Amino acid sequence: MTTPHLLVHDHADNVGVVVVEGLKAGTKMLCVVTHDNSSFELASKADVPIGHKIALKDIKSGDTAIKYGEDIGKFVADVEKGAHVHTNNLKTKRW
Amino acid sequence: MASKYSNMTFQGYRRENGRVGVRNHVVILPVDDISNAACEAVANNIKGTLAIPHAYGRLQFGEDLDVHFRTMIGTGANPNVAAVVVIGIEPGWTKKIVDGIAATGKPVTGLSIEQNGDLKTIMDASRVAKEYVHFASELQREECSISELWVSTKCGESDTTTGLSSCPTVGNMYDKLLPEGITGFFGETSEITGAEHICKTRAINEEVGERWYKMWEAYQNDVIFAHQTDDLSDSQPTKGNIEGGLTTIEEKALGNLEKIGRTSQFIDILEPAEVPQSGKGLYFMDSSSAAAECVTLMAAGGAVIHTFPTGQGNVVGNPIVPVIKISGNPRTLRTMSEHIDVDVTGVLTREMTIAEAGDALIEMIVRTSNGRATAAEALGHREFSMTKLYRSA
Repeated sequence: MTTPHLLVHDHADNVGVVVVEGLKAGTKMLCVVTHDNSSFELASKADVPIGHKIALKDIKSGDTAIKYGEDIGKFVADVEKGAHVHTNNLKTKRW
Repeated sequence: MASKYSNMTFQGYRRENGRVGVRNHVVILPVDDISNAACEAVANNIKGTLAIPHAYGRLQFGEDLDVHFRTMIGTGANPNVAAVVVIGIEPGWTKKIVDGIAATGKPVTGLSIEQNGDLKTIMDASRVAKEYVHFASELQREECSISELWVSTKCGESDTTTGLSSCPTVGNMYDKLLPEGITGFFGETSEITGAEHICKTRAINEEVGERWYKMWEAYQNDVIFAHQTDDLSDSQPTKGNIEGGLTTIEEKALGNLEKIGRTSQFIDILEPAEVPQSGKGLYFMDSSSAAAECVTLMAAGGAVIHTFPTGQGNVVGNPIVPVIKISGNPRTLRTMSEHIDVDVTGVLTREMTIAEAGDALIEMIVRTSNGRATAAEALGHREFSMTKLYRSA
């Protein structure tokens, strides 16, 4: 298997994690779901640093972010499929 | 049921109370901050001893004082320590710590500075410390079962790669070794926030789960809500976490909880620095999420090996417990590999399974127990940080 660009914990997730350094916008990413090693492709819409997240689908502000199959917070902006997800568009629901 | 892990052994130091250590330190332990100088002078005089200076021990009271005594006694009592010289400013609290350590049966002597002065205390303590070095240096390692290990975990400078690779590596190790009879510790009360509903279900039964939840809730109310001045977004996740791609406390907590694997359940809850009393198994210790504080508390609870997943590269060590660093972040391995003992970057490239990573960690635990110096030991990391619950009197 070629080296994946993006890992996703669970099929229910709507974000994945960049696991390579220097990912550029427009990269056709190999994405692997670690739960069962299934894979899919997705184009990145931004230069995204290693460890940072990318949206797996178009997302509306107010939607819940799902990672590990669990609620990790709420989106506070619309996010396009393939775009960078971080503190500018995702917040905790705790405080 | 026998597994390939059942017959694993390592060469350890069996102490007077039956517990097994993997290091053989002679510790010069200050009761309080103002005895640090005398302890450091003794350690300078007598080669093969180790002073453990710290910031507290005066005018503490109540629960905060209890944590102080448990940490001091637990550090001296830890099986990685062969013998202890305790130095305090006055004899009362010094004796209390000496008596606590003496319950293990190991050699321990207390000295106090008032009515002696630093110089006489240093001379008397140095003579005792020298005898302890002779004693400790003749002790031999012997074959011990893997089941006799007490292994703690806490992650630091986490990022999204810890939840994908290094934390589940620790979890896999616990899933394999807890059934063999090891004693395990996890904790970091504040960093469970966001995954508390899941953590509660990992208790061995409902009663333990409820007690755990009450402890977590008390922490939220008494510490976070009582002292917060903002939304904590600058502290949890930390700046390093955010740089590494973690966005929310929930995301961080879910990654953190990967350290207890898929099947492991915790059998009881420990106060900070409390020694487990409920037999073999996994314990949750109510503890700070700051690396040095947490490792110090778990070492005082009796852990002899610490497993430490890191993403962005936390460099922490401990004076008496080897801290094994595990990382799966390729940038961290590229830029600061001297700090990492177990490289699990293969998990991210899908060249290594979590089960293989768990086996690599188990192998490193055995090698470290046999005497291999960890990266943190080789680099001289000896962070010892007392947990302070509130202001002193």
